[in-house]
Amino acid sequence: MSTILETIEFNDEGFLIDPKAWNKEIAVEVAKQEGIAELTPEHWQIIEYCRATAEESGAAPTLRQITKGTGISTKQLFALYPKGPAKKVAKISGLGKPEGCV
Amino acid sequence: MKTFLILGAGTGGTMVANKISHELDPNEWRIIIVDRFETHYYQPGFLFIPFGIYSQQDVIKPKRDFIPHNVEFILSDIEVIEPDKNRVVLMKDKKVINYDYLVISTGTQVHPEETEGMLEDGWHENKFDFYTIEGAVALSRFLKFWKGGRMVVNITEMPIKCPVAPLEFLFLADWFFHERGIRDKVDITFATPLDGAFTKPKASSVLGNILEDKGIHLVSEFNVGSVDNSKPAIVSWDEREVEFDLLVTIPTNKGSEVIERSGMGDELNFIPIDKHTLQSDKWENVWVIGDAGNAPTSKAGSVAHFMLDVLIENILRHMEGLAPQPKFDGHANCYIESGFEKGILIDFNYDVEPLPGKYPLPGFGPFSLLKESAANHWGKMSFRWIYWNILLKGGELPFESQMSMAGKWS
Repeated sequence: MSTILETIEFNDEGFLIDPKAWNKEIAVEVAKQEGIAELTPEHWQIIEYCRATAEESGAAPTLRQITKGTGISTKQLFALYPKGPAKKVAKISGLGKPEGCV
Repeated sequence: MKTFLILGAGTGGTMVANKISHELDPNEWRIIIVDRFETHYYQPGFLFIPFGIYSQQDVIKPKRDFIPHNVEFILSDIEVIEPDKNRVVLMKDKKVINYDYLVISTGTQVHPEETEGMLEDGWHENKFDFYTIEGAVALSRFLKFWKGGRMVVNITEMPIKCPVAPLEFLFLADWFFHERGIRDKVDITFATPLDGAFTKPKASSVLGNILEDKGIHLVSEFNVGSVDNSKPAIVSWDEREVEFDLLVTIPTNKGSEVIERSGMGDELNFIPIDKHTLQSDKWENVWVIGDAGNAPTSKAGSVAHFMLDVLIENILRHMEGLAPQPKFDGHANCYIESGFEKGILIDFNYDVEPLPGKYPLPGFGPFSLLKESAANHWGKMSFRWIYWNILLKGGELPFESQMSMAGKWS
């Protein structure tokens, strides 16, 4: 594990406890843990959308909110963030678990 | 005369009609409830129909039987809700109802058409849902003569009504195939968008172990994008395939179309509400009960029941000019049928995940939490009687609205 992640607190499910403690370096390291070696501009566009949405609503957006809000297709979203995009982006963006998962 | 209008006479709306009719002065208020269907379905019973445990007759009764005499029942579809004008337009005769208070309980419906290829080639022939009466009955006919093969149960996307029902379906199917002597000829797979058997970690691990013990394969983080009917197989957005002979799908769940037509919902037509007071985010005389709202808790009848007292109290407070109290804690309580006349009970809320212990009396029970027992199964089976005779009529049950930590081990 990289040193930057050791200074940050995560909950049992791997979500950052305090979204304010987030920065871009953390995103890069968490992405690596999640199997994404490099964050491209397309990845960042989604991360920024999620950060902005969460700041306004207080919750990480669901998959449907991300596709609707960014105009990115579901297919492309899964290509950028394989398996569980909404959850994966939430982790990388330093947000809580998306509330669709109840 | 002032008008108290309820839209939807399912579990939530019927309970509200019963409870509020005791609270409001009939000289001052008229209470109206609107629904498009005459028949009330005991939806938790749909799960048992595919296995021949219940028949269609066991889960239906006329809605009118549960509406109090001082509440007017209108049978009609709803064209549009206009909350800025405090009025609702019905389909029938384009009747307009002006309201002072509105409770929305229009529920959640399944949408198999959201998945490409689902409704083509073999819908209700080798692909079924069990969240509608039609699907559950068609599946019971199919299973009666099925000789075995690959059965795949798939959740399309979250959230869904009663998130434990797919697991119960799997457990009951395992039991059913055992009883019929063909369990060795059936390969059972559960494909889910979640990263485990359930949404909450402790319960997910307990339920995951039960799946493993029963020889049910788990394919996690599987987000279905389409059905390839030529194989046939379900195909995920990231191009993984799971082949099937029998597909049991839990389709995308959405709030009612009238919510979309009225511009009141989110991406899935769920109405944004304050998750603790149950009041609409935008209109102070609009309140939401049950799965029509976007509260991040289970979309289940037990939750609507736990919402009821908080909702009624807050509406009455609002009528007196008082602020609503943030008392709803997301309390959910689910019996999970695990097959072979056993069941598991889970009890949780927004903040506390399901934990082991005893319920409702700490240390005593009679129900065991997060653990298989025969008492839990009989609790579930007697619930149908409780539902028709006590719950819908807004009667008291020996369970508190708010979750309690007493008798639980964290």
